[in-house]
Amino acid sequence: MSTTAVLFPADVEDFGRELDKIRDEVIGSLGEQDAKYIRGVIAMQRRLELGGRALLFASWLPPVWVAGTAALATAKILENMEIGHNVLHGQWDWMRDPKIHSMTWEWDFASPADQWKHSHNYIHHTWTNVLGKDRDIGYSAMRVSPEQRWYPIYLAQPLYNVLLALFFEYGIAVYDVELERIPTGEKSPKEALSQLRAIAGKVRRQIIKDYVAFPLVAGPCFLPVLLGNLTANLARNVWAHTIIFCGHFPEGAEVFTEDQLEDETRGDWYVRQLLGSCNIDGGPLLHLMSGNLSHQIEHHLFPDLPSNRYAEIAPRIRALCERFGLPYTSGSLTRQTRSVWKRILRLALPGPPTTPAG
Amino acid sequence: MTVATTPRLRRLAGKLTSPLLPEDYLGLVNPLWATSELRGRVESVRWETADAATLEIRPGGAWAGHRPGQWVRIGIDINGVRHWRSYSISSAPSSATGGDRIAITVKAAGLVSEHLVRRVRPGTIIRLDQAAGEFVLPAEPPERVLFLTAGSGITPVMSMLRALARSAETMSGRFPDTVLVHSAPTRRDVIFGAELRRLAARTPNFRLHEQHTRTAGRLGPQELARLVSDLAQRSTWACGPTAMLDALSLDDLHVEHFRPPVPAATGDGGLVRFTTSAVDVRADGATPLLVAGEEAGALLPSGCRMGICFSCVGRLTSGRVRDLRTGEVHGEEGDIIQTCVSAAAGPCSIEL
Repeated sequence: MSTTAVLFPADVEDFGRELDKIRDEVIGSLGEQDAKYIRGVIAMQRRLELGGRALLFASWLPPVWVAGTAALATAKILENMEIGHNVLHGQWDWMRDPKIHSMTWEWDFASPADQWKHSHNYIHHTWTNVLGKDRDIGYSAMRVSPEQRWYPIYLAQPLYNVLLALFFEYGIAVYDVELERIPTGEKSPKEALSQLRAIAGKVRRQIIKDYVAFPLVAGPCFLPVLLGNLTANLARNVWAHTIIFCGHFPEGAEVFTEDQLEDETRGDWYVRQLLGSCNIDGGPLLHLMSGNLSHQIEHHLFPDLPSNRYAEIAPRIRALCERFGLPYTSGSLTRQTRSVWKRILRLALPGPPTTPAG
Repeated sequence: MTVATTPRLRRLAGKLTSPLLPEDYLGLVNPLWATSELRGRVESVRWETADAATLEIRPGGAWAGHRPGQWVRIGIDINGVRHWRSYSISSAPSSATGGDRIAITVKAAGLVSEHLVRRVRPGTIIRLDQAAGEFVLPAEPPERVLFLTAGSGITPVMSMLRALARSAETMSGRFPDTVLVHSAPTRRDVIFGAELRRLAARTPNFRLHEQHTRTAGRLGPQELARLVSDLAQRSTWACGPTAMLDALSLDDLHVEHFRPPVPAATGDGGLVRFTTSAVDVRADGATPLLVAGEEAGALLPSGCRMGICFSCVGRLTSGRVRDLRTGEVHGEEGDIIQTCVSAAAGPCSIEL
């Protein structure tokens, strides 16, 4: 445990109040421009998808195949990240548009929306980086903090992190069913089975769409279309995995123990969210393509604020952290990715000893 | 369009667009092609009086038409937020060849009506529900009719008059013996004034009385009886403020109320649970449950917000509610309550 930041309780509450103020300001100023933004992104994503699929119908020409696949991969990334993830957080519920609402949205991802909302919005965002509580930590199968006990199985974790990256959507979907809680009696097999059925339904629909229906419609281009769709899905998986691992595991992100949760105040919660998250530096394109999870800190402080506002409040959060002497971790995509992989490789081996680091 | 019209094709196309619907992509070309969500395009906005305007709307293909006198729910985005209100349709149902437009006539009062009258421009896409309401003429109109209206209460009656006039002209139908008694502050405030006067001038069976209340005062029961000597023999359709309707006791009466909610009772309040939405919110005893739920992020059905249209109703599963219009505390498990005019009287839960 490397709790670098120690604030007096009064300071913590001041910090929390300042954040509440920023939140209220943003909520008070939501309006037409924000609505235009999300509708614009959704329209662009759908056009990109239609364009990509249309190009793939002419994909006997290699450059056309590359262009079509790239467009489709981009569309799938936008659909999952800037649109799906954020709509499911309820960021756009204030518009009261049933077509763009967390209660009605379904996405092109193996996790059914309602299962995802429970495991992600509730479990992960509430218990962020708390060992034993936040199931996102290394997705249980991995050792991402020296506090976790080492077992020989972790020697293989670099390998299965690669597999997780490639098949991210299936991995996440099945992982969220929490099969390991069945033997302990915390979860009924019946509930798990009905969740798995829902996942199977979504996986089947995606497979029919991407690997059967579109290739068949393409006729002579059956194989290139199938390969293009497969490549787009894999690219989306690897990209989502990369961005998400950069959010909580680079050097500087802290983990917490359950006893630190006792008597946690609103201010404490904010501080924990801040210390457990890392931003990725970059331009508007990176922010868009990462679903604004490049602003992981802002997202974890305010998971339900519309993502287009994170960039605008980020400098204010950073200044606030400076004022209160709190770390604000951020780095370029390459640096953060390298840092994540370094950690995964290092912790595959036993150690290092967990003396409180400075 | 063909994709949206054939169920089998639509199901097949759905395999290509899962988890979205084909119309989510077709909507990029023409938003009116949606069938899961009925939409309309505002074609024109025309002033009727200094503070009332008629919006002509082209509904999407799924529009099922309306009967004269019915109202329609309109959903419009104001500063990014969707608002729903109900408005009477003032146009006659379109004839077989007469195009597919509907008109609503709106008096600028309140957030949504102000927006519709003063800020909406032709081309704006709005959301619609199918027409509803029982304030309608029977297919075979009675021999003698009295319309009793005030202010914007003329709008549903205008739809009926237009329908009667058209059937009299085109389908050799007859215009029933009709009297319209309409109240408005001045001559200039009479919505559809010019059209009504023209209709009265050319239709022998139609008599129009305008009561300009600023100079002539409000219409009382005696005055009405004097104006319409055969009052008892007429079937009456009345639409206007409650005060006017209550003052006139008539037989064979069809009524449409326009009444703003009166937040009379305050007090209790409590934790309100919207069970389907999984939203919990603490509401005071003066805030309508609908408003409390919406502010907490629940996607709730709504309509007139005046306790009239029953678009907002939900099943009470526990607790009791207070009727904001009367202050009465009521409700038992299973009761259907109107969330727009009910507030929490202690903790309660609603199946919405």
